[in-house]
Amino acid sequence: MDELFLRPFLTGLCLALFLPWLGNLLRLRDEWFATLGLAHLSAAGAMLAQALGISILVGSPLGALCGALAKLAAGARSNAAYGVMMLAGWSATLLVAANGGAGEALGHALIDGQLYFSGPAEALIACLLLVGGVVLLPLLTPRLIAAVLFPANEKVNRLPAWRWHLGFECLVVIAVAIATASIGLMACFALLFVPAWVSFGRAVSWRQGVLLSIVLGLGCYVAAFFTALRFDQPFGPVLVGLLVMACLGLRAGLSRRHG
Amino acid sequence: MSPETLLHIDALLAGYDRPVGRPLSLTLARGEIVGLWGANGAGKSTLLKALVGEASIHAGSFMLAPARRVAYLAQRQTRPLEVPLTGSEMLRFLGVDRSSPPAGLAECLPRRIDTMSGGQYQLLSLWATLAGEADVVLLDEPTNHLDPGHLVLAAEEILQRRAAIGCLVVSHDRDFLNRLGARIVDVDGGSTRG
Repeated sequence: MDELFLRPFLTGLCLALFLPWLGNLLRLRDEWFATLGLAHLSAAGAMLAQALGISILVGSPLGALCGALAKLAAGARSNAAYGVMMLAGWSATLLVAANGGAGEALGHALIDGQLYFSGPAEALIACLLLVGGVVLLPLLTPRLIAAVLFPANEKVNRLPAWRWHLGFECLVVIAVAIATASIGLMACFALLFVPAWVSFGRAVSWRQGVLLSIVLGLGCYVAAFFTALRFDQPFGPVLVGLLVMACLGLRAGLSRRHG
Repeated sequence: MSPETLLHIDALLAGYDRPVGRPLSLTLARGEIVGLWGANGAGKSTLLKALVGEASIHAGSFMLAPARRVAYLAQRQTRPLEVPLTGSEMLRFLGVDRSSPPAGLAECLPRRIDTMSGGQYQLLSLWATLAGEADVVLLDEPTNHLDPGHLVLAAEEILQRRAAIGCLVVSHDRDFLNRLGARIVDVDGGSTRG
């Protein structure tokens, strides 16, 4: 592989490993829509940062963080909260884009993805995110599952539940921000949503579900990266298309109930 | 030596926007099973919800012994419609010892929880609630979805753990409470019977 594409490839590889894994927990919490809401706010943050002359790597996570904090402060925990975020982010992104030439170009880049232009900062953050995920997700998973199945036990035993809920939200915010700034808004959403949707329908266990979603995300990512390069296509739509096709193939004939 | 008191409820009146039922007082000790019995709408489940912070306390109070853990089995449990989580994984994630599951449950453990019948999942949840590290166990209608065979197993599960916990059981099934040897509190009238 040309050295020019090695860094973008590794950036996307880290995200393709981490996002499907994270997507399983978002789906468990019935917050799979979170990604789309946070990604739109992240894009809006990046756009505003660029308009103010600040790096989009600062603006992107700040946008998503503002959304997560507002959600925490309001005590909202449902897809409705993320729906509001998505609409607010979409509105802000397009308004900023409409009021500046460079902003319009960036707006398109954030939605379509600009993986091939990602630099060392994106690669480093994606790598750190993956390492953080490998350490934190196994610790968070039992607590998040207990919180879903027996929600009252946290409160009655005065457990410091805010720590793991906030920790998880922070991981989601960082992941969505870096993914939006590199692979694009829709590709980020697809990697979080589609593999987990498949694994929840097909896997026989949680462990197998996590593995299945990672293999699916990783396989589609590698195929999309080289397909987009070979045929000179935008990466984001190719990845989303491959994920959707793989998902429909795997879910076909599924007898279980659909979520 | 008197048994260790785990929970003391003093004229507690629970509810939501308005109180439900009438004030209730009781004491729960380790090794004891107390059954709350009464008509629908008498406030049995609301009382348990108030103890775990899911309903309001309009009057009275309750005191839990310091550093004692509580486990609560809700009447309507949260079970995702679709989730690739086996019974065995559920117990592992909840920190429950899986080495000696009760009879009738072992064959369910390798299955996904969303494919279990209502009775099987109820039995699994009951075991998860009882076999954890809790001192005080609150069970709201634990016989829901249980056929007569599973009902016997549920009673055995509770009795097996009786010595280690204090258990407050809400049930409309008087026979089940009798099978547990519970001290019955009639929520309608406030009377108690051992």
